[in-house]
Amino acid sequence: MAEIALPAAGPVAAPITPAGAIARRLFSLVLIHGILIAGAIFMLLPFVWMLITSIKPPSEIFNAEISLWPKQFYGVENYSFALSKAPLLRFALNGVILCVGILVVQLLVAIPCAYALAKLRFPGRDALFVLVLLGLCIPVQVPAMPLYIALAELGLLNTYFSMMVPFFLSVFAIFLFRQFFRSFPDDIIHAARLDGMSEFEIVWRIVTPSAWPAIAAFSVFSAVAHWNDLYWPLIVISDAKLAPPPLGMMFFADAETGSNYGALTAAATILTAPLVIAFLIARRRFIDGITMTGVK
Amino acid sequence: MNAIALASAPPAAMRRRLWIERFTGLGFVLPAFILLALTILLPLVVLLLLSVTNYEFGGVSADWLGFKNYAKALADPVIRRAVVNTLVYVAIVVPGGVFGALLIAILVQRRRKTRSLYEVIYFLPVTSTLIAMATVWQFLLHPSLGPVNAVLKWFGFGQIAFLSEPSTALATLAVIGIWQLLGFNMILFLAGLTAIPRDLYEAAEIDGCAGGIDRFLTITWPLLGPTTMFVIVTTMITAFKIFDTVAVMTRGGPIGSTEVLLYNIYLEGFQYFHTGYAAALTFIFLAFILVFSAVQTFALDKKVHY
Repeated sequence: MAEIALPAAGPVAAPITPAGAIARRLFSLVLIHGILIAGAIFMLLPFVWMLITSIKPPSEIFNAEISLWPKQFYGVENYSFALSKAPLLRFALNGVILCVGILVVQLLVAIPCAYALAKLRFPGRDALFVLVLLGLCIPVQVPAMPLYIALAELGLLNTYFSMMVPFFLSVFAIFLFRQFFRSFPDDIIHAARLDGMSEFEIVWRIVTPSAWPAIAAFSVFSAVAHWNDLYWPLIVISDAKLAPPPLGMMFFADAETGSNYGALTAAATILTAPLVIAFLIARRRFIDGITMTGVK
Repeated sequence: MNAIALASAPPAAMRRRLWIERFTGLGFVLPAFILLALTILLPLVVLLLLSVTNYEFGGVSADWLGFKNYAKALADPVIRRAVVNTLVYVAIVVPGGVFGALLIAILVQRRRKTRSLYEVIYFLPVTSTLIAMATVWQFLLHPSLGPVNAVLKWFGFGQIAFLSEPSTALATLAVIGIWQLLGFNMILFLAGLTAIPRDLYEAAEIDGCAGGIDRFLTITWPLLGPTTMFVIVTTMITAFKIFDTVAVMTRGGPIGSTEVLLYNIYLEGFQYFHTGYAAALTFIFLAFILVFSAVQTFALDKKVHY
């Protein structure tokens, strides 16, 4: 970025007495933290309320008086009721299967393609790259209906495969990895070729390990997106045994007709926990990952 | 003779090398290309064909309609309302989600000890499962049982049925939308703020821009321009795709006040199986997304020439 032209010197700030400066500083600190804490309460309120409600007995939930802490601990009942009423752990497992399955294929497909786009000369390379860029603008809701019809015709609805297939190709991963691979030094690739390494080995043993930050970032991004995706599973999955967390939560909420808030919040806690805990453990990785995938 | 053979030897090796490169290149992109064709290109063509017929999923035949589906969609009061609702939702989420995030990012950036704590708190909703949290929000906003109304009552306000009142339902969903993406935008702004050289602020101080607002207007805001543009466009696209909270919390109600475009496409395509009509609606949806993306490309171009 070029430097900006600063405006000509304005009125010189009036000299401030030390006491005034301290008072001003204190005031601005209180103001800043006031805003930040108010915002933080807004952000955290649903989480706090979810946890508290999940350990409250119905009598306290339906009491008009709002209490922050339950008088009677009812967590065991709520959680065991939620777990017995719906296969919540199964939903979580489905989420893991879904995310891992999608991610593995995404990486296997996108990495060689990105390497070829970045480092090899072959006919149609530029045309393919244009298609990748156009693909970036097309959300999954657009090809959803033809894909649904095709999967229905093939008898593949209600399978893990049907849940994963629209996401096997991530044009975003190709785009991101291509940017990353382009800055990989050509000399190292030439040297590897002279050593008799095949292109296949160069991709997986030399270039891929160097792109670890981009791959980690993309993995976080992909897992968060597919763990939380509702639209596509809602279309292809009607069998509750295969439901990923959001769809499972929806089935559960429908079955409960939204009245048993203790069990509902217990279920919400169980299904939100895996990703939130992963985030709290690897929070730098998450934040860096989202930043990198967001900015590039 | 000999000389020619010698001279052609290196080019032959080079040509061989080029051939290898071509074939490996094509081989490496083949799986991606097949998937691209099967999951994006072909479906787009099929979608286009469906949109000019009256095909209904499960039916045996379909008649050619030309652009009647599109004409019908543009005249359909339900679809018009859905588009307006979606745009109203975007119009609330974008300023709230972008400028709220900018404010928080600027305040957080200067904290040394508490910065990472605030980052985690604000980012938490981004990783949480929105569907599960939507159920919690429903409870929070419950007219008689929820704490939000209890607080309102304590302050002497009347009870508000946020989600079952046509005048407040869409705005309530928008607030939840802001809650979900504020942390994401904050992280993007923090990255943008870190990229601004510190000495610019020092230079500005020498030039007499002492106050925080002065500094913001002369340095932060102009230099953050490209980031802001990017955040605005991604927020627009995300907001335009609103579906989850509608599907779980309001199902388009009350009285259609939260019917949004994607939810109507879902209903037409996968509940009523008006496949041809839903295909036309999908193209209308795509047209909006493409306009937003075009704005983004334009904005990123500007970033280069900044």
